[in-house]
Amino acid sequence: MSDEQIVKKFMYVNRKSPYGTIYALESLEVVLISAAFDQDVSLTFTDDGVYQLMKNQQTDGIGMKNFSSTYSALGDYEIKKIFIDKESLDERGLSLSDLQELVWEDEDEDYAEKSSINLVSRAELSEIMNQQDVVLSF
Amino acid sequence: MGLEVNGKTYETDEEGYLANLNEWDTDVANAMAEIDGAPLEENHWEVINFLREYYEEYQIAPAVRVLTKQIGKKLGKDKGNSKYLYELFPYGPAKQACKYAGLPKPTGCV
Amino acid sequence: MNMLHTINKSPFENSTASSCLKLCTKDSSILFIEDGVISVMKSTKFSETIENALKEFKMYVLKPDLEARGLPLNNVIEGVEIVGYEEFVDLTTEHKTVQSWL
Repeated sequence: MSDEQIVKKFMYVNRKSPYGTIYALESLEVVLISAAFDQDVSLTFTDDGVYQLMKNQQTDGIGMKNFSSTYSALGDYEIKKIFIDKESLDERGLSLSDLQELVWEDEDEDYAEKSSINLVSRAELSEIMNQQDVVLSF
Repeated sequence: MGLEVNGKTYETDEEGYLANLNEWDTDVANAMAEIDGAPLEENHWEVINFLREYYEEYQIAPAVRVLTKQIGKKLGKDKGNSKYLYELFPYGPAKQACKYAGLPKPTGCV
Repeated sequence: MNMLHTINKSPFENSTASSCLKLCTKDSSILFIEDGVISVMKSTKFSETIENALKEFKMYVLKPDLEARGLPLNNVIEGVEIVGYEEFVDLTTEHKTVQSWL
């Protein structure tokens, strides 16, 4: 790709619980597909979207594919900016320890694992959202 | 569509990908490679086995750039580049190797 | 027994659970399924509504839907009964009518 390629800031906003609706899975697939386009991508989990990252999801009982382990591959796809809305966690009696850890590997530092997760307040999130070129809501 | 191996018929999609990934075994991979006219060797198997492990862990088949990077990490930089992988799998490393590995077409393969 | 109400929406996204609680009569039961299971988790901003309503209604929650979402069974509000698909069927037959809220 040429050096003059325009890089835009893309944010995917995830606001729904997984499995009850198709939004969470659709968002994840779009994110993975669009990762091929070398843009500045971030993911936000807010409102019921925070449930997408819950640990210990076991879907055998509902007969649906468990896609929770796919979030761990986001780092491989160069998606290193994950924003989690703290107020949304608080309202649901959750904390970061209830969620999966998401990391990316720094090739320049012998594949050292670095956290992709940023816990942010709504005020901070609002500001980050305002800086985006494209916001896609799921 | 279907693929016949050792007298058993395996269901595949229109592009030859296995419909049910649990049905996969090494004979299926070898049969697919034979149809394409290039029998599998040790170097192919390294990539195929890597893909199966990746799918097991993340529930997706990696896009080609992810595959390249991860192969580089696991098998060394001399193998983690497109030239090497395209020589092994001329129809496209992610696409062709995923097919032999019994995985769906990679997510992010446009 | 009178009516079985099923709720399949998150209380944070949708007013279904609140509306149901306002409209259902004393001899009714409520079963939380799919995203509705979020309603009966402890220490959320919706928990108090459920805790109060438990004084009037019998409540159930579907276990496979909790497990799918990684919601720990020990985080279900006390007094809400955790049930499986078989009990779901029993509940529908034990009640005169079923109202599936959407």
